[in-house]
Amino acid sequence: MDQLWIDIAAILAVAAPLVIAAMGETLSERAGVINLSLDGTMLLAAMTGFAVALNTQNLILGFAAAALVGALVAAILGVFSLTLGQSQTAVGFVLALLCTDLSSFLGAPFVRLPGPAVPFMPIPGLADLPVFGQILFRHDPVIYASFLLVPATAYLLYGTRLGLIVRALGERPAAVYARGIDVTRWRYAMLILGGALVGIAGAAFSLDLKQGWSYRHTFGSGWIVLAIVIFGGWRPLRVALGCYLFAALEIVATRSQSTLPGIPSQIIQVAPFVLMILVLALVNLASSPTVARWIATLPSVLQRPLLVVVYRLRATAPAALGQPFERP
Amino acid sequence: MKRVAVLIQPLLALVAAFVLTTLALLSTGVSPLEAYRLIIFGAFSTPVRLSDMIMLAAPLLLCAVGLSITFTGGLYNLGVEGQMIIGAIAAMVPLRLWPDWPPLLLWLMAALSGAVGGALWALLIGVLRRYAGVSEIFAGLGMNFLAGGLALYMVLGPWRRQTSASLSGTDLLPRELWLPTIDRLRLAPAAPVIAVLALAIVWWALTQTRWGLEVRAVGLNPAASERLGIATARRMAETLAACGALAGIAGMLQVVAVHHALIPNISSGIGLLGLLVALLSRADPRWLLPIVVAFAAFTVGSIQLPLTLGIDSAIAGVLQGALVLFALATRARQ
Repeated sequence: MDQLWIDIAAILAVAAPLVIAAMGETLSERAGVINLSLDGTMLLAAMTGFAVALNTQNLILGFAAAALVGALVAAILGVFSLTLGQSQTAVGFVLALLCTDLSSFLGAPFVRLPGPAVPFMPIPGLADLPVFGQILFRHDPVIYASFLLVPATAYLLYGTRLGLIVRALGERPAAVYARGIDVTRWRYAMLILGGALVGIAGAAFSLDLKQGWSYRHTFGSGWIVLAIVIFGGWRPLRVALGCYLFAALEIVATRSQSTLPGIPSQIIQVAPFVLMILVLALVNLASSPTVARWIATLPSVLQRPLLVVVYRLRATAPAALGQPFERP
Repeated sequence: MKRVAVLIQPLLALVAAFVLTTLALLSTGVSPLEAYRLIIFGAFSTPVRLSDMIMLAAPLLLCAVGLSITFTGGLYNLGVEGQMIIGAIAAMVPLRLWPDWPPLLLWLMAALSGAVGGALWALLIGVLRRYAGVSEIFAGLGMNFLAGGLALYMVLGPWRRQTSASLSGTDLLPRELWLPTIDRLRLAPAAPVIAVLALAIVWWALTQTRWGLEVRAVGLNPAASERLGIATARRMAETLAACGALAGIAGMLQVVAVHHALIPNISSGIGLLGLLVALLSRADPRWLLPIVVAFAAFTVGSIQLPLTLGIDSAIAGVLQGALVLFALATRARQ
């Protein structure tokens, strides 16, 4: 049994950067802005965070620098899309490529250098609890932060007045405007806050999970996070669940590579992306009327459980996601 | 006033892009002037580098031309990189099966097979979008990684070298199957000719035919086009297939004219660079060729940077990305 608890703890650790980035992206998408630059932003922030932490020998400064980079890229996306009215998709995509190349160029001197890493910090007392101690309380501070971030994001969105405004920004910005709230300014705020979290997620790779910097070492995680946010239906708890499921599959895949050498490793490497497409298709099909009609033709014993599954899988995007806002 | 703005805005974008790139260069401590001399003029310094530039520009132009079709139709075909890889793999099939057939016939078969492979891979994006509601952005990106994994699998698995499997690629094709190449220049003149021909055909199809008019209408307003009786879904699928076919031919050129083998990184980011070109040109065919030549020159010129100045060649990507980013800023609001 012990091995199982250790595996679960490993899943929670591997998922930490994904969870942090996914919470950031959820916040900005709930406010109606898609930050498609995620993959590039995480790389640039990972590189910057590592370089700053290495040169100052100060982890806090490293994370702060990474957050700043993430916020800055998000602010640039804001200027181009929210202020200058360009397509969020186009600007985000160009920023993703630009930041990736910037990270390769500026990060060249830091490739594979040993550097500082977040220290392991079991929580005294709690770490000795049976099972729970092993799963939850024997990690490092970044992973504890990722645990806290999920309920914090959910509380922000569903428990506060600010959250009400944020959700309205994504669903019906005109209504927010009518209440005398500046739509563009608040969208900037959420985009930049989300970007800072994405930056911190980058540093969680280079200063914690992977402990170091090399070219493109997040290997497409940014794109995966964007898909997980859709799978999670833009709801923080379900998005976090998506991150943990994904991390679990990744760990199972790595394990099966050593136990089942028959499967070529190339297939295991691309499996996450195939899974991403399949999951997006599944979530979308669950919301389609065709599937509902098809279920209605089945024997009634099957209908109920199927409908429950389909209902659970459903995800509706914020109505104004990606749409520019024009003052009425 | 408006005429002045038309001239000044691109200039401002150019200046902003160079300011950003210069800052990045300054941070490494090298002389920016020395670096720019290599990035901008390096590709024109020797005949070999000039032909390398042309051999990069040919597949890049094919991808950019294909993408200008999908952009006109309103789709972001981020899957172009994967379509190129599948094109390359598909082009290898006849070359490996019947290596002793006449080369001309084999090239035609490779081009056809590459085009069909790329088009089918692209249509899969259309199917995922229409029948499963997966945005073409995620479908395309996911399929890029999938195609890359497939190329790696072929190189290390079924098509591995006879001596031992190697990440450097499959065995080289027999010399007579290489597209005719000018000795010592690595230049296969047929490649740029095919690319420019594709540009001319697509320009004609998009601006001079009823089909092109319908594609433009779908790109501007799919709902209105549908009501006017245009088969919107069909036009979108056609633009994807056309783009995939052109990308597939680009992949075939990478095999028969550049690498003469299948290598894991056969697409070398050319598809993604093509997306930048298509964004910068606003899918206007008149701008494609000059932008492709400039971008290919930056990439080839910067290859010398690590050796001569000790800095990373990714700076070419920084300059290209910054140019597109700041050019976007000068456009009219959407």
